[in-house]
Amino acid sequence: MKLTGAQILLKCLEKEGVDVMFGFPGGAVIDIYDAIPKSSVEHILVRHEQGAIHAADGYARATGLVGVCLVTSGPGATNAVTGIATAYMDSIPVVIFTGQVPRVLIGNDAFQEVDIVGITRPCTKHNYLVQNIEELAGTIKQAFYLARSGRPGPVLVDLPKDLMSQVTEFKYPEEVKMRSYNPTSKPHIGQVRKVVKLLKKAKKPLIYSGGGVISSGSHEELTWLGRQLNIPVTSTLMGLGAFPGDDDLFLGMLGMHGTYAANMAVNNCDLLLAVGARFDDRVTGKVDTFAPNATIVHIDIDPTSIQKNVSVHVPLVADCKSALAALKKETEATLGDFDWFGSHKAWVDQVQTWGIEHPLTYDDSSDTIKPQYVVEKIYEITKGDAIIATEVGQNQMWAAQFYKYTKPNTLLTSGGLGTMGYGFPAAMGAQRAFPDKLVIDIAGDGSIQMCIQEMMTVVCNKLPVKIVILNNGYLGMVRQWQELFYEKNYCETCLDAQPDFVKLAEAYGADGYRVTEKKDVESTLREAFASDKPVIIDIRVEREENVYPMVPAGASLTEMLLV
Amino acid sequence: MKKHTLSVMVENEPGVLSRVVGLFSGRGFNIYSLNVAPTLEKGVSMMTIVAEGDDQIIEQIVKQLRKLVPTIKVKDLTDLKSVDREMVLLKVNAEDSKRAEILRIVDIFRCKVVDVSVDELTLEVTGDQGKISPLVHLLTRFGIKEIARSGNVAMQRSMQFDL
Repeated sequence: MKLTGAQILLKCLEKEGVDVMFGFPGGAVIDIYDAIPKSSVEHILVRHEQGAIHAADGYARATGLVGVCLVTSGPGATNAVTGIATAYMDSIPVVIFTGQVPRVLIGNDAFQEVDIVGITRPCTKHNYLVQNIEELAGTIKQAFYLARSGRPGPVLVDLPKDLMSQVTEFKYPEEVKMRSYNPTSKPHIGQVRKVVKLLKKAKKPLIYSGGGVISSGSHEELTWLGRQLNIPVTSTLMGLGAFPGDDDLFLGMLGMHGTYAANMAVNNCDLLLAVGARFDDRVTGKVDTFAPNATIVHIDIDPTSIQKNVSVHVPLVADCKSALAALKKETEATLGDFDWFGSHKAWVDQVQTWGIEHPLTYDDSSDTIKPQYVVEKIYEITKGDAIIATEVGQNQMWAAQFYKYTKPNTLLTSGGLGTMGYGFPAAMGAQRAFPDKLVIDIAGDGSIQMCIQEMMTVVCNKLPVKIVILNNGYLGMVRQWQELFYEKNYCETCLDAQPDFVKLAEAYGADGYRVTEKKDVESTLREAFASDKPVIIDIRVEREENVYPMVPAGASLTEMLLV
Repeated sequence: MKKHTLSVMVENEPGVLSRVVGLFSGRGFNIYSLNVAPTLEKGVSMMTIVAEGDDQIIEQIVKQLRKLVPTIKVKDLTDLKSVDREMVLLKVNAEDSKRAEILRIVDIFRCKVVDVSVDELTLEVTGDQGKISPLVHLLTRFGIKEIARSGNVAMQRSMQFDL
């Protein structure tokens, strides 16, 4: 069957099982848009390309599938770069199709031309400029394979306009064979047995779990290990939800805004089992004093993550799922003859005591609305059964601390890149994937304005995302640093000039609520969450509330500032 | 900091060189020399990269090189027995009074004279750094007008004897 390049692209998407893509048209992709109406792939028109890529990313995080985004050449492509880097830093599988000027014009500074393959080389897992119509289908097949296999990540495919109208025989390759790309997935059994020995010997073991557990879908294996071997678990921001947040063995997040119990446990453990985490500076604090008493085991699919920041005693390069399954298999046999519970009991008691001594807390005695209180109410109302997206800054940290994530893929947040404006479009992508689920974006008044234009997208596509703005009239996290480390020089962080968010919601055709009294928080949230429309809830919170605990940048994890 | 010689086999596709070089520049490391050429296998190129860094930096770079999608194989030759060679072309001032001495040096270092004019000689020399550096040093006093170097190419020795 002979098809045009545009038709081939859409056929490939259908073959990959793509049901939706997020995009924005332009001159270089007009042939593709011409073919979209005849395809089964739904296209959601965003209002800015950053919204498209974040939505594809949110869709991918919520479903575990590959998200797809389509933008035009030049500014369309560059507008997507922030979102591509966001997905890259958090290892999210996304395939980005960018239009390109016709091949004869490439390199001529043509209208809306940019070397997007060059620009995105350092922030994609891989990228392609398709030079030949015969290579189109195979390239798309590879792009999806690369995006979802090994350590997932964004893959960009640049499509010159003239290829999209050329005609060729369509044949979709059955399988991908690349001599240069064979990600390791199975663990070395000798290393697995070494880990089991270490676990048996350890008196104070700790699991430090990261985003890799979620992307590999190994939350069940992780939960089994924690519970059956009686090992406390702390998680990175990216890993929240993999181990049930309401379990007694769960210590909460570690690192800069981690809990007292988690950071003390890292400091005192004698065995640290890092799973799908990468020892980011926000997690380790001062590297030299990180887990000073521990033998460190590091399970990761990406060899470059191992020994990058912290020297590791036992590396285990494998997909988290197969590594944890192997650990489960090896330890399952020991359950009868080894007292895992007793062996770690004193340590678990100690860790839980730390949690009781210094729980996550805030001063709730005043009449003003505390942002933490709002997040707690959101948790109470949803009973944890919602998808939470966050923006970046204080709102993100409170959403991580005061909401208990009990299931994987329920927290969508820009962890590595820290992209303000991520949460709302990501929530939109997740809502499209799960139309009947409650999807909430916990936002700040600063970051919500970075992609606010997608209000139009959610309204006209009937995606009832709920935006809860913890409105303190500040770029709160930077203000907190200015307060603590820059002598309260609040330079350019005060946002007391801001739009009327309620009217703004209404202008877009959504519902808007404003809450200024603590007593109205719960009832308003309940009413808003029950609505079948997109909603903005503007909650005026305590203006200078800080996120605690806090480990100052570059300090050791034990040097926490507490409430 | 010591110099490491990395032998990198890659798919010969557009952009592969910038992907490799980007790994160094993106981390603020400098490449000392770089040589790329096709191999016998169709579509496969071999790069020889000499870079400076401590062991941890080089370990990270080797892993990052392996992670690149078009990379087929990466070998750090530094601690292996290997043969490495560089070819250099040198254009040297050679007035009549100096010419005889230059030609003696050419003889001692087994260089070749590949071009000649009234007052210049162009020499070709192949060797490892132990040969090239002293030669360049010796010729400097005559005045080296131009120099073009291929960068190292290297290959692991078949037999890894410890002498």
